[in-house]
Amino acid sequence: MLTTRVPDRYGRFGPFGGRYIPETLMPAVEELTQAYHQVRRDPEFQRELNALLKDYVGRPTPLRRADRMSQALGFDVFLKREDLNHTGAHKINNTIGQVLLARRMGKTRIIAETGAGQHGVATATAAALFGLKAEIYMGAEDVKRQALNVYRMKLLGAEVHPVESGTQTLKDATNEAIRDWVTNVRTTFYVIGSVVGPHPYPMMVRDFQSVIGREARSQILKLTGELPTHIVACVGGGSNSMGIFYPFREDPVALVGVEAAGEGLETGRHAASIQVAERGILHGSLSYLLQDEDGQIKPAHSISAGLDYPGVGPEHAYLHYTGRATYVAVTDRQALAAFHQLSQWEGIIPALESAHAVAWVIEAADQLRRDRARVVINLSGRGDKDVDQVFHMEQGGAQ
Amino acid sequence: MTTNNSLHDAFRAARDEGRAALIPYVTAGYPSLSRLPGLVAALTEAGADVIEIGIPFSDPLADGPVLQRAATEALANGTRVAQILEMVRDLTPKAPPMVFLTYINPVFRYGIERFSQDAYDAGMAGLIIPDLPWAEGQDFRLAAEASGLALIPLVAPTSTDSHLHSIRTAKGFVYGVSVTGVTGMRAAVDSGVRTLVERVRRVVPLPVAVGFGIANAQQAHEVARYADGVIVGSALVRTIMEDPSHAEERAYAFVKELKSGVNQLGSKA
Repeated sequence: MLTTRVPDRYGRFGPFGGRYIPETLMPAVEELTQAYHQVRRDPEFQRELNALLKDYVGRPTPLRRADRMSQALGFDVFLKREDLNHTGAHKINNTIGQVLLARRMGKTRIIAETGAGQHGVATATAAALFGLKAEIYMGAEDVKRQALNVYRMKLLGAEVHPVESGTQTLKDATNEAIRDWVTNVRTTFYVIGSVVGPHPYPMMVRDFQSVIGREARSQILKLTGELPTHIVACVGGGSNSMGIFYPFREDPVALVGVEAAGEGLETGRHAASIQVAERGILHGSLSYLLQDEDGQIKPAHSISAGLDYPGVGPEHAYLHYTGRATYVAVTDRQALAAFHQLSQWEGIIPALESAHAVAWVIEAADQLRRDRARVVINLSGRGDKDVDQVFHMEQGGAQ
Repeated sequence: MTTNNSLHDAFRAARDEGRAALIPYVTAGYPSLSRLPGLVAALTEAGADVIEIGIPFSDPLADGPVLQRAATEALANGTRVAQILEMVRDLTPKAPPMVFLTYINPVFRYGIERFSQDAYDAGMAGLIIPDLPWAEGQDFRLAAEASGLALIPLVAPTSTDSHLHSIRTAKGFVYGVSVTGVTGMRAAVDSGVRTLVERVRRVVPLPVAVGFGIANAQQAHEVARYADGVIVGSALVRTIMEDPSHAEERAYAFVKELKSGVNQLGSKA
């Protein structure tokens, strides 16, 4: 299994990761790295973070056997309920940590990018909690797809900047957030929402999200007396999956990351960068990227705005490269079917992102049953935000 | 044949004339790739000392709106890296030293060694990659320099002294980023630029050219008083955008005007 600790001090996960950013930002990421290393060992910081995770976010989130789903599929399925977090997804585990750090560093202005709007809402929430001003960059296309989340961010006192450039989705919102950061670097803390970006972000976001896996590990041991056979989570940038994978990395447990195959891998309209596994450099790190022969970034496609990203975190690239984790993909159609199925089986409407993880477990059921699997699915978010979109799609609407 | 010395010679020739070198930038493929020879000829005739050729990238995160738009349009009309390399081969013999400016991914994808060799063989003198910081780019630098291409280091107002020390052995020139921010015109030149140039000079034995935000001949003149070179990108591309059908004439007139800005250096310190 993994014998070396990653990342190294250059932010490298094997051949992946690093820092590919304008020279202007280098002192800022160095300052951030040092500040992060300090708080990582600071019991006062950890105490404050844990208190907020408990009493504000509502952790620990439950882990429970999905009885009807288990019965229908013929093997045990457990759900880690990140959808029950304050703001409805795992994103807040990370934003509370980063905003707490921003405050420590004396940064007065918070910026973030967002795709589905979940990270934007989680950032706006954490900023409001500390009385800081948040400005959120969101692709104009996503602003349309996720109008309610835009309104939520505004309710929370954040300013939302629609981004009209490029494909008007998450990658363009990230470009624009980086442009803001490079301009206002002295006062501004950039809260990145996934395990992407220049070092130390992939490591730092992983650490903040690892609370999911730490809880899940002790919960499943307490509940069943043994480790699960599989951990299954969706992968866009990869923060919820990295958060649940990481504490199991040295256990004999299969780690399965589910990417968005969109309209099908063969159509080219998907967001499954690990399935394609072409190396490239975007938004600060070297990883796998959807790109053409000239290295131009190809637009991603997914029914789920949160997975609609042409890259993936460098540590996921590393886990694929070393073979420690397995990456698979399910289509929009399969995810949509799982969205319905889980709602009816368990009375839980999953986020479309999380529905990808559920969909793979359903697709792979025959094999998993033969293997007598005990599967933990990370239910990274709740589907309330998607109800409107799915409703319109199924009415044959323009969405 | 181009060597790194061509950049050195260009800066020295300007200095011998008591002025700063003028370095205009155009995006290859905007308004179309077939216009690049005409544009390079216009810049040459107007008195450019070094020319920067941008290779468009889909996600230009160091660029402001003007150069983003130029890159988007260049890619939309089908501009390819291989075509650009092919085209500059015919242009470099008749032009001042030329350098490429592009982002790391197109170069990484092409292969840094192959890219450097092909660019050098096409007569290019240097390569500027705004999202490749010096500390991360050592392998790239060695590959570029092995072929004879200079990897141009960037410095910013936020740069630490240790960064300035690390670029002492770089080749070509130092690209001084005048502001914390992206490319694009500014109403005034940041007063911190002069300090930055002086900090670099104390440590690095290379000419320092300043770019990002220089909008007109007046600002070019101001920067030329303390820098060895003045880089103008967005303002030139915007001028071309105002009337793309007369791109060459517009570029010629604007660069001519900038040149008069860098030439009037009676007050040079």
